[in-house]
Amino acid sequence: MTGYSDSTIWLIIVAVGLGTYGLRWSFLGIFGSRPMPIWAQRMLRYTAVGVLPAIVAPLVVWPAATHGEPDPARMIAAVAAVAVGVLTRNVLAAILAGMTVLYTALYFMA
Amino acid sequence: MSAQAELAASPHLSPEQSRALQRSPAQCVRHGFLQALPFILVLMPFGMLFGVVASEAGLDLAQTVGFTVLVLAGASQFTAVQLLTDHAPVLVIIVSAIAVNLRMAMYSASLVPWLGAARPRDRAWIAYALIDQSYALSIQHYEKHPRLSIDQRVGYFLGSVLATCPVWVVAMLLGFWLGKSIPEDWALDFAMPITFLALISPMLRTPAHVAAALVAVVGSLIFAFLPSGLGLFVAAPLAMITGAVVEALMERRNGARL
Repeated sequence: MTGYSDSTIWLIIVAVGLGTYGLRWSFLGIFGSRPMPIWAQRMLRYTAVGVLPAIVAPLVVWPAATHGEPDPARMIAAVAAVAVGVLTRNVLAAILAGMTVLYTALYFMA
Repeated sequence: MSAQAELAASPHLSPEQSRALQRSPAQCVRHGFLQALPFILVLMPFGMLFGVVASEAGLDLAQTVGFTVLVLAGASQFTAVQLLTDHAPVLVIIVSAIAVNLRMAMYSASLVPWLGAARPRDRAWIAYALIDQSYALSIQHYEKHPRLSIDQRVGYFLGSVLATCPVWVVAMLLGFWLGKSIPEDWALDFAMPITFLALISPMLRTPAHVAAALVAVVGSLIFAFLPSGLGLFVAAPLAMITGAVVEALMERRNGARL
């Protein structure tokens, strides 16, 4: 039991769905092939490298699974994934390196 | 010789780049699909976890599927269900769950130079399927192969979506049915951070990209004390400004040297 009526839950689902779609569609839908200002294009080239590391960094330093205690195994794994990704430019190689190092480190540190 | 084949034959392209240019849109779909397959390793556990959490929170199957299909954004779905469990006011739940997805607007904007010329119908479904994985994989591909045609870009995006989005829904269903019988010591919490790092590190090819990533890391750690993930919305814009400024400085320096 959630304490909310079924219709309230559906209202939440539909509202969040519509809002999220609106965010995703926003620029792509409105701008289309019209050119964006140069300064905006310049900034937007750094969206991926600006957003994803900012999501990940706190998770690497203070992992939820260890209740926020810094964990050497996870840090080494993160470094391995980045190093292999930079050197090989290959996403799959970086994932495999990160996961392999994580499990190896967890095994030896347990 | 078609314009695309002519481009592909140009001498200053790497073999990989000319191969990419010669793919038909259907081959691009396949290529994107294959390159997105590794993300299944991450989306499966993450999606299953949502199924578990949603059923524990008391949502029925239809509502859980509704969340997954209509919202299609992990972090936002988790936020909403967590707040439902906390008995938060409805408006707070809606606003928080949408706010978690603000980064999607930044993704949308950064895709305009690459996909803005696509048909409105294509842009409509691309917007629906714009998740972290399809975005990061595609933008990386577009930057590596800047001369792809619009159909090749849309095809690649479609391939990455077909490999990832259905998995998210299936994983959620499995989690909903299997419930708590999933072991905790698999360190699955860390699959997502590793994927994001793996997606980012091949992009660190200019000083501007490196500077932006460093500011993102430092900024997100400094502002981690802010509530409900707001630190991201301080750190990410700072990082993007840094990237733009460094790029402009480098251009000026190279221009002065010529």
